[in-house]
Amino acid sequence: MSKLAYRDAVRDAMAEEMARDSRVFLIGEEVAQYNGAYKCSKGLLDRFGPERVIDSPISESGFAGLAIGAAMYGLRPIAEFMTFSFSFVAFDQIVNNAAQIRYMSGGRIKVPVVFRGNSGGGHQIGATHSHAPENIYATFPGLKVVVPAFAADAKGLLKSAIRDDNPVLVIENEALYGRESEVPDGEYLTPIGKANILQEGTDLTIVTHGRSCWTVLEANQELLKMGIHAEIVDLRSIKPLDWPTVFASVRKTHRLVCVDETKPFCGVSSQVAAEVSRACFDHLDAPVLRVTSVEAPMPFSSALEDECIPNVARVIEAVKQVVV
Amino acid sequence: MNKPSPIEAGVVVSNQPLPDHGDAPSLSREERVAWYRLMYLVRKFEERTYQSYQTGLIGGFCHLYNGQEAVAAGAFAAVRETDPVITAYRDHAHGLMRGIQPGPAFAELYGRATGVVKGKGGSMHYFNPEKQMWGGHGIVGGQTPLGLGLAFATKYLGEKKVCLCFMGDGAVNQGSFHEALNMAQLMRIPVVYVIENNMYSMGTAVERHAAPVELYKRASGYDMLGVRAEAQDFDTVRQVVWTVAERARAENLPAIVELMTYRYRGHSMSDPQYYRSKDEVEEYRKHDPIEILRGRILSEGNVDEKGLERLEEAVRKEVAKAHEWAIASPYPAQSEIYTDIYA
Repeated sequence: MSKLAYRDAVRDAMAEEMARDSRVFLIGEEVAQYNGAYKCSKGLLDRFGPERVIDSPISESGFAGLAIGAAMYGLRPIAEFMTFSFSFVAFDQIVNNAAQIRYMSGGRIKVPVVFRGNSGGGHQIGATHSHAPENIYATFPGLKVVVPAFAADAKGLLKSAIRDDNPVLVIENEALYGRESEVPDGEYLTPIGKANILQEGTDLTIVTHGRSCWTVLEANQELLKMGIHAEIVDLRSIKPLDWPTVFASVRKTHRLVCVDETKPFCGVSSQVAAEVSRACFDHLDAPVLRVTSVEAPMPFSSALEDECIPNVARVIEAVKQVVV
Repeated sequence: MNKPSPIEAGVVVSNQPLPDHGDAPSLSREERVAWYRLMYLVRKFEERTYQSYQTGLIGGFCHLYNGQEAVAAGAFAAVRETDPVITAYRDHAHGLMRGIQPGPAFAELYGRATGVVKGKGGSMHYFNPEKQMWGGHGIVGGQTPLGLGLAFATKYLGEKKVCLCFMGDGAVNQGSFHEALNMAQLMRIPVVYVIENNMYSMGTAVERHAAPVELYKRASGYDMLGVRAEAQDFDTVRQVVWTVAERARAENLPAIVELMTYRYRGHSMSDPQYYRSKDEVEEYRKHDPIEILRGRILSEGNVDEKGLERLEEAVRKEVAKAHEWAIASPYPAQSEIYTDIYA
């Protein structure tokens, strides 16, 4: 194990897979000469050359469609959205083409494309640049959606995504790129569809993912001082979602708080709450509570923005309501 | 308003000098007859489809190709079987000319398990990747970046291929098309955008939907070669597409080829055609692409009238038999809803 910044883990995943498989290439805005708007592709142009590390014009629909067409033909493209907020410009390509061509072709075509990039709020970049869209994309059958929270999974999930025969969206987070965490030495993959229990506990389950994992872990320090032992489940993969791990944890602790950065209406936490209330109805000793982004576009002012995504205070408040 | 003229036989115009790749290699007698047979097959297939739709055998959207047969035939005859092709939702001809048999083609329209894509795609979503036919796409213009990607992949793999990406005239106004054009020229991708200009974007005539009605001139904004030709003549289409396709193959340079054609039927089966007159349709029917090629084959003395009649009779029987086979085919099992979602 050694410590690695999240952005360097992303880069290492792409470099390892490009070295392993000549069909893998990277395309996106500023990924080559600029080394990536968030420096996730630093050094890749020098190492792999302009045929495989390709600067695209600002044409999300164009380069997303190019990647999908190339994947249909047998290549393994990685298309980087500078932020997933811009992926909405390519929405038709992702949801009509990447997600559905396999089905519409009666299973005769595979679309092994990876879309990856930054997401999320908290940086005063305004409503247009702050979306956390994993719930939106997870609604489309045919897509897989993963949201790594730590460097180890940023690398392991991206490598799995590149090797997957389906379109996979790897949704990263700006707040995490600079954060360092432990990464295993040598070759490894993080399986898509497997949650990770960050801390075992008995008093309640907290189901979270992405940047909110860090918020929950910070809140956990306070909870421990209060004598509350939470079991913390990092979903890692939103589609497919690891329901057995979630249900087993809730059946053990009998209480659930969901924490994530998607919106409260039809968000990831809404889905978890609905499924748990169905599958674990007899085991629940308290209502399921959700801590999510708020029902408003992201405001610019930092005085407002900090309240709009899950924070430590809101997590602790929800836990206190559930663990009476 | 500058309405495009009807058919101007043999006219080819371009925004840049056309490259000189000479004449397309001549086709053998058998090859010419085979292309005629495919065009005739498409016509008879579409006529049977029209009947089937009227009698309720087909649900949903259904867009017929009657009148445009020389476009797909001439363009396909200009490239190699190994070159990828992709199109929009008026795709029956492209499927039938790239290896989809009439039986599975009908079965797909009828929603049967034996359909070419198992009854999961329908009229607008024919796919036959084994013969490099990559759809069949329902969103106007949505296939244009995919065609770019297919062509990109052939270049990446060093295959010296060219991708033909077909589209209707209405698709020239979609943003994704313009993104694809810019990237194709900028990155030197061997893709040829074949605009099948049948004068109407659904019910909106081209002079009401496009600022310059010369759609090939859209290429000029991207420093790209744009060519326009009349497209009721198989040989004209084949020569024009061959010229730009060989250029794309040799130099990785994309192009737009605008082919002036006409559809005899409505945009889709639910189109009452209030926007055009019966006289207009009749005027275009005088320049029927199948009749034009038929007449030329006869005048060349390659095959006599009786020979063609025998071939046509065989096609009509093949279509009737394929239809019967398709309506006798089973519907998909309910379990098929949940297959083919993930690889």
